[in-house]
Amino acid sequence: MQVVFAAIIGMLYAGAVYMMLRRSIVKLIIGLALFGHATNLLIFAVARLVRYNPAIVQKGDSAPIEPFADPVPQALILTAIVIGFGVQAFSIVLIKRVYQTVGTDDLDQIRGTDS
Amino acid sequence: MTSIVSLPIVIPLATAAGMLLVRRNILLQRVIGVVGSAALLAAAIKLLYVCYTEGIQVLQLGTWPAPFGISLVCDVFSGIMLVLAGIMSLTTSLYAVADIERRRTAFGFYSLLHILMMGICGAFLTGDLFNLYVWFEVMLIASFVLIALGGEKPQMEGAIKYVALNLIASMILVAAVGLVYGLTGSLNMADVAVHLRDVRQEGVVLGIAILFMAAFGIKAAVFPVFFWLPASYHTPPAAISAVFAGLLTKVGVYALIRTFTLIFTENPQLTHAALVVIAAATMLSGVLGAAVQMDFRRVLSFHIISQIGYMVLGLALFTPLAIAGAVFYILHHIIVKANLFFVSGVVHRLRGTYDLKKLGGLYATHVWLGVLFMIPAMSLAGIPPLSGFWAKLAIIRSGLEIEAYWVVGVALFVGLLTLYSMTKIWAEAFWKEPASPGPIGYASTSGLGWMVVPIVLLAAITVAIGLGAEPAFEVATKAGQELVNPQIYIDAVLGGRQ
Amino acid sequence: MKSIILSSATRLLMPLMLLFSLFAFFRGHNEPGGGFIGGLIAASAFSLYAVAEGVEQARRVLRIDPRTLLGIGLLVGLISGLPSVFKSKAFMTGVWMEQTIPGLGKAGTPLLFDLGVFLVVVGFVLTVVFSLAES
Repeated sequence: MQVVFAAIIGMLYAGAVYMMLRRSIVKLIIGLALFGHATNLLIFAVARLVRYNPAIVQKGDSAPIEPFADPVPQALILTAIVIGFGVQAFSIVLIKRVYQTVGTDDLDQIRGTDS
Repeated sequence: MTSIVSLPIVIPLATAAGMLLVRRNILLQRVIGVVGSAALLAAAIKLLYVCYTEGIQVLQLGTWPAPFGISLVCDVFSGIMLVLAGIMSLTTSLYAVADIERRRTAFGFYSLLHILMMGICGAFLTGDLFNLYVWFEVMLIASFVLIALGGEKPQMEGAIKYVALNLIASMILVAAVGLVYGLTGSLNMADVAVHLRDVRQEGVVLGIAILFMAAFGIKAAVFPVFFWLPASYHTPPAAISAVFAGLLTKVGVYALIRTFTLIFTENPQLTHAALVVIAAATMLSGVLGAAVQMDFRRVLSFHIISQIGYMVLGLALFTPLAIAGAVFYILHHIIVKANLFFVSGVVHRLRGTYDLKKLGGLYATHVWLGVLFMIPAMSLAGIPPLSGFWAKLAIIRSGLEIEAYWVVGVALFVGLLTLYSMTKIWAEAFWKEPASPGPIGYASTSGLGWMVVPIVLLAAITVAIGLGAEPAFEVATKAGQELVNPQIYIDAVLGGRQ
Repeated sequence: MKSIILSSATRLLMPLMLLFSLFAFFRGHNEPGGGFIGGLIAASAFSLYAVAEGVEQARRVLRIDPRTLLGIGLLVGLISGLPSVFKSKAFMTGVWMEQTIPGLGKAGTPLLFDLGVFLVVVGFVLTVVFSLAES
């Protein structure tokens, strides 16, 4: 399982970099989204891929039933997804405005501020 | 009364939220913006005073004890940064009254500025790695909107590069934070620092350290990942680019200093040696880039990069004096660099262009502006007795102490080239005969007073730090001492439990 | 482009979605759900309406500008942290009511914070969606 997971994360990162290196800004945003997914899966893998009980204390108990899964990485991923959602929503508005004002989606043409 | 630690986050949040409710009333927005900034500055000064006299202040949010909850930690270094954020917030709010036109103000410039401040102050205060990432995102989202605010063509072109590079840095950061959690089972910086000492897998720790270095390096714009900065910082209005130039990149430097003095200190012969090389390359590439530029703000943008090199050098040399020098350098640089961008805005207001070739003759018509430019410019170049001289002196002295002669040579050479760039701006914009007499683009003198007041204020601070370097350096030294002895920080956060 | 099927379906779906968003919001206390999910569902209800009837109409139905909602949400979230300060505990410590409200359970500052999140999410998503759909 770990190997499959590692391979998926690696492929996602590779795909993200490939998309980001394309010239279209739409593909740049898709690449950034894939980068985020790869990172989220990486954090998920950090919590160890095992089937444990949820870390919820049942009524009457004082501790969750052992062995329980680590909830922190899941909370981290959730936060990262929420933030990623906000940032991507903004990026989409941005690229639309860029396309309207600059009139192209080719990153090689968007170089008015480079030199 | 540790609740005061949360004030630098609560005040900008309340200011920003309040302003979203009065979006239609521009006058009220400006008033709230200035008052909120003044309150932030007052809270920051109080906090710095408390930290300086009573030691590190820690607030466990929601009474969850460290390392389980999120701790807000304020040591002297954080306190200094917060005061600087307060100064920047206040001066930018004043400057923006004239510089940011009605259209941008109505869109929510002031609330965005204060959300940006909230993110910056949060990043300075937090003692939790993941929380640091969250504050970085708060700061970034606000800065994304600010840089694109107004929607002019160069702004959009700059924004796309700014957004893309900073998002990549954020995701590298969050991946690194996740790996740290996997290795130590904690996110609290103090707790991570304790646990990382026991981790045997040196290679993994080094890899994570390099991920952190890459993430914060992109945000701080160090060599070789600085290209987004000169491509975007000169595009928005002067008030926005001043607060970006002054504060934003320094948050990256702050995070670098925080993590590489507290957490990744086990392997300095590799990490900090790498930082020395990075610092030297950053200084050189920034100053050489500036030498060929002919746009007022692009010259200044490249100089941000070279100055970042000095700060990173202070961290990389890793002696108490060098760290204190780096802190002092940040203190000096935020004030001076923001001031130079403010001056550039006034020049643009008077002549309608940032192009040095088309500018000229400003000294003949506006002597006071020439003087106000000279103060921060000479300070940046390191001419005594201004603040930049002492900042450079501290770093160069600590370099000589540990006999890192080649990097001291680079630092001195870069200082010389900085002087060259500043005299170039002086000669082109102020001294030479103008190519054409009248203003080139849209120019107006209405509301100029609002723009001059913050410039005079910052210039006065520069001179004050220069002439009264002793007390300012004492505070920086205290910050440096706390940074080189991470145990103080760890004890303050974790208390008895270790 | 106006479709009769979509607009009549929306008339049925939107109240249901809004109700469901409230359900998710209140359920989030001890079970999956919460302010973020609830806010997203409410925002998608208004987005659906905007797709079916046009942004102008959706703004009129919402009555409040989404950016004002954002501001109110931030303020509510901030206020939720304050009661603990007055009880001289650390900022953001949860403070709970003594009795339970029938049908809801115990209310406290975390619920208030969640309400803030709800409003911020609705405000942010609708700001983005409306500005994308408008120009």
